[in-house]
Amino acid sequence: MVMRILTNIARFVASIIAASILVFVVLRLVPGDPAQIALGVDASPALLEAKRAEFGTDRPVLVQYFDWASGLPFGDFGTSYLSRQDISPMVLDKVQVSLILVLLAMILALVIAIPFGTFAAVRHNKVSGAVVSAVSQLGIAIPGFLAGLLLVIFFALKLGWFPSNGWTAPGVDFGEFLSRVALPVVALASVQAAILTRYVRSAVLEVMSEDYLRTARAKGLSPMKALFKHGLRNAAIPVITVTSVQLAALIIGAVVIERVFVIPGLGSMLLDAVGNRDMLTVQSVVMVLVGITLAINLIVDLLYTVVDPRIRKSA
Amino acid sequence: MKNENTLLSVEGLSVSTGRFPLVHDVNFAMARGERIGLIGESGSGKSVTSTALMSLLPDGLQATGTVKLAGHEANFVDASDAVMRKIRGRDMAMVFQEPLTALNPLMRAGAQVAEIMLQHQMVPSRRAAKAKAIEMLASVKLPDPAEAAMAYPHQLSGGQRQRVMLAMALANDPSLLLCDEPTTALDVTVQRQVLDLVLESVVQRGTGLLFITHDLAVVANMCTRVLVMNNGKVVEQGATEEIFTRPQHPYTRGLLAASDLEATDHDGRLFTVASAAAYVPWTVAETEAHAAAAEETPVEPAAPQQDAEIQPVIKITDLSRTYKRGRTSLFGKPTEVHALQKANFTVLPGERLGVVGESGSGKSTLLRILAGLDQPTSGSAVVAGNEVAGAPESQLVQLRQELQIVFQDPMGSLNPRMKVLDIVTEPLLVPGRTENAAKRRKMAEEMLEAVGLGAETLERYPHQFSGGQRQRISIARALICRPRVLVADEPVSALDVSVRAQVLNLLADLVDAYQLTLVFVSHDLAVVRYLCDKVVVMQSGIIVEAGDTESVYTNPQHPYTAKLVASSMNLHAEVLAKAGTA
Repeated sequence: MVMRILTNIARFVASIIAASILVFVVLRLVPGDPAQIALGVDASPALLEAKRAEFGTDRPVLVQYFDWASGLPFGDFGTSYLSRQDISPMVLDKVQVSLILVLLAMILALVIAIPFGTFAAVRHNKVSGAVVSAVSQLGIAIPGFLAGLLLVIFFALKLGWFPSNGWTAPGVDFGEFLSRVALPVVALASVQAAILTRYVRSAVLEVMSEDYLRTARAKGLSPMKALFKHGLRNAAIPVITVTSVQLAALIIGAVVIERVFVIPGLGSMLLDAVGNRDMLTVQSVVMVLVGITLAINLIVDLLYTVVDPRIRKSA
Repeated sequence: MKNENTLLSVEGLSVSTGRFPLVHDVNFAMARGERIGLIGESGSGKSVTSTALMSLLPDGLQATGTVKLAGHEANFVDASDAVMRKIRGRDMAMVFQEPLTALNPLMRAGAQVAEIMLQHQMVPSRRAAKAKAIEMLASVKLPDPAEAAMAYPHQLSGGQRQRVMLAMALANDPSLLLCDEPTTALDVTVQRQVLDLVLESVVQRGTGLLFITHDLAVVANMCTRVLVMNNGKVVEQGATEEIFTRPQHPYTRGLLAASDLEATDHDGRLFTVASAAAYVPWTVAETEAHAAAAEETPVEPAAPQQDAEIQPVIKITDLSRTYKRGRTSLFGKPTEVHALQKANFTVLPGERLGVVGESGSGKSTLLRILAGLDQPTSGSAVVAGNEVAGAPESQLVQLRQELQIVFQDPMGSLNPRMKVLDIVTEPLLVPGRTENAAKRRKMAEEMLEAVGLGAETLERYPHQFSGGQRQRISIARALICRPRVLVADEPVSALDVSVRAQVLNLLADLVDAYQLTLVFVSHDLAVVRYLCDKVVVMQSGIIVEAGDTESVYTNPQHPYTAKLVASSMNLHAEVLAKAGTA
């Protein structure tokens, strides 16, 4: 078991290193010289030279990479080409916002999906189960930004229950934070809840036909007790897998939602940086996104170890 | 049925899907402590019957009739689930076929045994349940019950898991135990141990036993009375000894004939259900006489073949295969698994070699190397002049024209998206063969005819065939390129008894007709004894014994072979034993 955890951590570190190389190389391939962009097309060669020296882009690529990569473990991403400010505090600020948004959305999605998915599975040949399935099917078809717009039109503009956009940190004013975060979280969570309901349903359906559930019934357990005691933990295994994949997708999905609700998250920062050709910032934000995704995978792998004893033993 | 000694009474039990009847009008009564066997082939309705008795039929199946258990007023067929919950696991318990899937993989064995006692409040506390669970695990003879209680199902062997199932079923001391093919998934020697344990447990406790199986020898060993099911009906019932020596119904006779691998018709072929009319079941007296005769006249070993001229078709020299398992600890070395260790044997042209062993004995590894699907770690394997060790894939094409395999699972080994024509002719689509499409079709037609299927089957898909027919298609595919060697990997173990005899007859005929050399891998000694003239016995990757089949079977030299022979169930011997104790 210790071996497995160590292997997972080693894999995480290796993936991070590989990702940093990939991100660095890909963004190096994007045409455009940062110095040229900063100074405009008619800048003189001497000025360009000076700007490159300031940015450090005149150094060999390998040196540039190690300079950037060696700062990563300490949260030091370098200085923005555009604002000439340290990128790190900005990124960490935005990461907080995005993570709060995404985690709240995922928790809400699971809180909806687990009971509804289980219900749809148990009632799979009854009308009520079919209705839940149909609604979740419909939910999948509605993209998050559309759900966001509809929510804004209805709850913010028509009813005026929630503000239509903006952000307040939870530490500053918690009530204000909740009212501002409600709509974007619901918008993000609705699609996820629909998708996860489908997965929970099929996982529970599969478990319901397992032999050990029949064994539990033969022991005298009621259908519900058998399902709750023996079924749900087994059904959790595939659901954890999907949740981790969806969580990664959600982080990317949040980019659009942040735009709709004017939330100063990673997504807004990324889009701004791309628009401004602030490549070092783009590179850093992408790296943070990759890091979060890999960290989620690591946590999920460790979760398996807790849930499934069969994984504990094998290396 | 009003006898107060009656434990279970079943009257007019029928089960249907609404439109199709699955079980029709089953009637029987079981006395307390009686042991009844329910025999039938797949699809005969025996498992449906047992689930109906537990009132656990899947959605969509409806039962009618009366099922009553002593001490309960309720008719199980229409009792509410709330009533049945108090009876299931308390007064009637069940042991299922596949112990790996029937146990919850995420729950410790002890907890699963404790659960059934807690569910029915048979123990005052969780602690008492835990202690009693360990006691129960000890009573099913698990070597270290306290440790077994802490183990998860995947950490136990198949036999151990089935012992846990049994401990669970018997925990509340039910008056009726249902066993649905409990040993079918187990190895021969383990099967024997588990059967002995079930028998001992029910006799000791006076538990009524309903034992469902397709294996006649197992029933003869376990049960005092037999019900024979066919197409959802009980066609015959009576005392075990009666049914097995004087069957009245043609189906029973057919089943007996097909199971009897020691009896052959006047052509020297096995009896099938169709030819069973000519089959004469052995009487107890004859069986005794035969057994005595077998003891008196030791089989003379066949004269060793002195023909140095004949080149062997298969020559295995010091063949070893070692797998490395992943490290389980940071500092330990990766463990090595010796799947095959220094195996040596030769097979001459036209010989039929049986390879016998239990799961994990290395027989599949051997087979994979012979077919060039795996490479040996060391040693050499020469098949029809082709060296497998170190051969590149391009050379193995030639080898596979000379050696073809029939696999165990006729469902899994045929591509469900391919037509029979494409499946059967696929071995012809290799570089070096020149047949055109028309010629290939002609060859496929001939081949299908040879295996007893018509040319009209060419355009169909595998799912349209029964298991036996699919195995015929596999055989046709294997033989179409006219190999010199046919390797059969447990080709009949997934088949019903009556179909098994047909496929074995077919194999024997084709081996003669095409002058094949046969390597027949099986866990079933009786089948190997019928089909093969030489045998190698494998245990944990080592060939422990090799020789003439008859002499290995009647006079085993290695203790493992002796154990294997003693463990395998023989219908005659079991009936004889029953007659002796009755």
